[in-house]
Amino acid sequence: MPIDIDIAYVARLARIDLSPEELVRFGGQLGVILEHAAKVQELPTDDIPPTSHPLAMVNAFRADEVRPSLDRSVVLGQAPATEDGYIRVPPALET
Amino acid sequence: MGVPADLTIRSAGEALRSGELTAAQLLESVLNQAARTEAELHAYLTIDHDGARTAAAAADAAFEKGEDLGPLQGIPIGVKDNMVTDGVETTAGSQVLAGYVPPYDATAVAKLRSAGAVIVGKTNLDEFAMGSSTENSSFGPTRNPWDTERVPGGSSGGSAASVAARSAIAAIGSDTGGSIRQPAALCGVVGMKPTYGLVSRYGLIAFASSLDQIGPFGVTVDDTVTVLEAIAGHDPMDATSFNGPVPAFRTDLDRGVEDVRIGVVPELSGEGIDPDVRQAFERTVDALQGAGAVISEVSLPSSSYALSCYYLIAPAECSANLARFDGVRYGNRVDGSTVEEMMGRTRRAGLGPEVTRRVLLGTYALSAGYYDAFYGQAQRVRTLVARDFATAYESVDVLISPTSPTTAFELGARTQDPLSMYMSDVCTIPSNLAGEPSISVPIATDGSRLPIGFQIMAPALGEQMLFRVASAVEHLAGFEALSAEKVGA
Amino acid sequence: MSYEAVIGIETHVELKTRSKMFCGCSTEFGGEPNTHTCPVCLGLPGALPVPNRQAIDWIIEIGLALNSTIAEWSVFHRKNYFYADMPKNYQISQFDIPICTNGHLVVDVEGEQSRIGVTRVHMEEDTGKSTHMGGDGRIQSADYTLLDFNRAGVPLVEIVSEPDLRSPAQARAYVQELRDIVAALGVSDAKLEEGSMRFDANISLRPAGDDEFGVKVEVKNMNSFRSLERALTFEIERQTKALEAGDAVAQETRHWDEAAGVTHSMRSKEESSDYRYFTEPDLVPMEISAEWRDRIKAALPELPAQQRARYVEMGVDSVTATTLVDGGLGKLFEDAVAAGGSARTVSIWLTGEVTAYLRREEIEIGDTPLTGAALAELSGLVDAGEVSSSAAKPVLEGVLAGEGSPKEVAVARDLVQMKDTEALGAIVDSVLADHPDEAARLRDGDMKVVGYLMGQVMKASRGKADPKLANTMLRERA
Repeated sequence: MPIDIDIAYVARLARIDLSPEELVRFGGQLGVILEHAAKVQELPTDDIPPTSHPLAMVNAFRADEVRPSLDRSVVLGQAPATEDGYIRVPPALET
Repeated sequence: MGVPADLTIRSAGEALRSGELTAAQLLESVLNQAARTEAELHAYLTIDHDGARTAAAAADAAFEKGEDLGPLQGIPIGVKDNMVTDGVETTAGSQVLAGYVPPYDATAVAKLRSAGAVIVGKTNLDEFAMGSSTENSSFGPTRNPWDTERVPGGSSGGSAASVAARSAIAAIGSDTGGSIRQPAALCGVVGMKPTYGLVSRYGLIAFASSLDQIGPFGVTVDDTVTVLEAIAGHDPMDATSFNGPVPAFRTDLDRGVEDVRIGVVPELSGEGIDPDVRQAFERTVDALQGAGAVISEVSLPSSSYALSCYYLIAPAECSANLARFDGVRYGNRVDGSTVEEMMGRTRRAGLGPEVTRRVLLGTYALSAGYYDAFYGQAQRVRTLVARDFATAYESVDVLISPTSPTTAFELGARTQDPLSMYMSDVCTIPSNLAGEPSISVPIATDGSRLPIGFQIMAPALGEQMLFRVASAVEHLAGFEALSAEKVGA
Repeated sequence: MSYEAVIGIETHVELKTRSKMFCGCSTEFGGEPNTHTCPVCLGLPGALPVPNRQAIDWIIEIGLALNSTIAEWSVFHRKNYFYADMPKNYQISQFDIPICTNGHLVVDVEGEQSRIGVTRVHMEEDTGKSTHMGGDGRIQSADYTLLDFNRAGVPLVEIVSEPDLRSPAQARAYVQELRDIVAALGVSDAKLEEGSMRFDANISLRPAGDDEFGVKVEVKNMNSFRSLERALTFEIERQTKALEAGDAVAQETRHWDEAAGVTHSMRSKEESSDYRYFTEPDLVPMEISAEWRDRIKAALPELPAQQRARYVEMGVDSVTATTLVDGGLGKLFEDAVAAGGSARTVSIWLTGEVTAYLRREEIEIGDTPLTGAALAELSGLVDAGEVSSSAAKPVLEGVLAGEGSPKEVAVARDLVQMKDTEALGAIVDSVLADHPDEAARLRDGDMKVVGYLMGQVMKASRGKADPKLANTMLRERA
């Protein structure tokens, strides 16, 4: 059974402005894919720890040393809109 | 000599050092091959003529001075367009980054440059490395040099095709669920995914951070080793970079497989595998046995859950990795009256359907109320997969399977059904989950003259054994690569 | 019905490492916008974080100073949400395995001490800065926003208290103590005005004696210790009024308006809290060995609480001790006592006259030539009766102003106490002669006139009379 999801909520969380038609299409596709992905639930994993890193490494750090930053012209050159050395964006709705 | 573009790294290196060939000539041969084939194949998104010629000239100047930077000096290499190249457009195959020029080099790219390699250009890929056919590239697909109505595989389809078509002597790609090995198999070249952490991910545009690895493509196993030797090693800019001694990859390349214990994985070699593929696979297994290998069947029970596991972990990580593409600091912004609207529109316009699917899927799998059942559970299943491998390696030295269940399928054949596309990765995904090295070696062609790949998997840091068996398979199979003249003829 | 306030505080402290948390960009405050950025802290495609070892050392130090348990094994998590000043649209933070847990500190409010729990201390990275342009400068009416990413990636330590605080004064004392501790450790500038220390509060009310928590309101935008206290006081009033009127208190976030002295409700966020935390795959776990932890513990400097306790033992009252520590006057105090000064006298001078002088002149103690030796010298002069205790104040002022040593200043300003009994006797006689009525009353045993007559003697002697001697003489010669 394809899984039923609140695709509009998910799209908002993911900040992708989908059209109503896209919401329906993606919602349906995701439901089908999730149904298959849910197969993982068949395996009993009560005492199994999760793996988040394939390598068993710990404590990878760097020393507190200052390294050269990017030239500001490069940073601003990449930005779609700038003003007085700042990157400019439309106003925020949420705080 | 024939067409220089037909040379391997090894043979080209000999020719360069004997004075038979210059790096500039080698490059021109490769560029000519690209000029001949690109209209049809579209393996490249960007060919950096100026940069490559400058690098070739520098390599020649160094040769003249008697400076030898190593086997990659003067060798034309293709780089998958999800690795940043300083001053050269890098798109990740996505509209959101069309025209984007990074201000720094990926570590793997910098290492190739320091080794004197000539970066020809950036090869095509499925958008953000998500796909198994390169049809998800927002700049149009790449076609398979063996049959241009068919896909080259993905997501590193451009890199695989460029090597197969001789518009690069070798190439690097990235592999998250099979994205080097599967296109290597479909294009009849060697492609390899190293142990996780062996090659720095700094500068690789992240898809799934705990699965992504950069790796080499070559026409021969030997060439593949050469490229890996240049790019492997600890990188302080990557906290997940392995900081122990790098294995000596080529030590046992010619040692043969006498007494090597080889396990066939039934879950990856039986049901769902094309008859031609299975036949070629079994012939090669017999040949290995004949060469003295000890063959057995070794089950990886949880590997049948590997696909589902992967399609929860990879999207989850990618949903966060792709959040930065919001039009604020770089990329193609679509304006809005609020910043939220701007971001939402930018992402809608810039991210293709497969990428959108995976970002949504990943967001869902991580969201409150669903985390435990989906992402959390997938992480635990991942542990089971890794344990299965560990148990398997107690009784065998390597594991084998076909690389891909099928040979190259037709363009458009699987684009309507995402799930059918995902099935392309069923053999390759398990070693990504375990973080272990694996390689695809071309062994034969099927009835339609389409290449078939043989996959070998080894324990973490077991590249020495991996290449040893790969080299043996290569010799036993005697696969004939495409020649430059035949491509696009 | 009387209500009890239940308050918890979330504090963010910027660490003053030289470089950022996950990259080598400088953390220097006040640079031109976007001049301290790189692929990592800008979230460029392909960039990867690598943690600053110094920051980890320092968060362990903070945790130990707060009596916390240091995790043997800890990881970073991604906290996912979209915001323009967050380059990756996720913040590298910590979720369920923070580096420090289960700590506490003791706050003192007018002599009353309470133990405040510190639930957790964790490591994260700061965001860039947004400046909202157009409108009245407030976010709700802005026309557009300008972004500066210099601050993005600066190491940030989050300290979360248990909801153990019960009054605005206690909350204030808590954050002040936190600031003092962090400053004493030398890990942060902890300057509220520069944003290197920030806090938000959670406050709820419940009927006094109840166990259950009431509705929690989050209060943000308090930029000073005083505004914290004022904001919480306002909230208690506002919530009390609501509850007494039978209204429900809304669970929401409110924004403190310093100018108006009120909190405003902020637009409620719909999906505010689905952060989809998962373990950061670009970073490997941290294993904090006992050796590592013990090495840091052994190197911990003296904490404010220990310093205050030590001063109390030296004979100073606890309020004065606190002022000495808070005002950075501890070293002077200790030097003075070591040089023979009276602990009580010196501490009162430091917290009284010296502090008032610094405030008046708007300078720091380091800007004056005052030394512990000078204080000890003055203390000795007073004990020896060479300078009266009331003359000590102008002498001290003179020393602070750079006029010389206490002895030199006393002489120059003619404040050396008159010891010559003959001269003093003459003045006493003359005062008694000028005030026959008072003299007569004194003869009759009326002690009340002594004060008046003493004043006359001090006036006639231009303050230099030894009060004890003058007092004795008056009574003898009346």
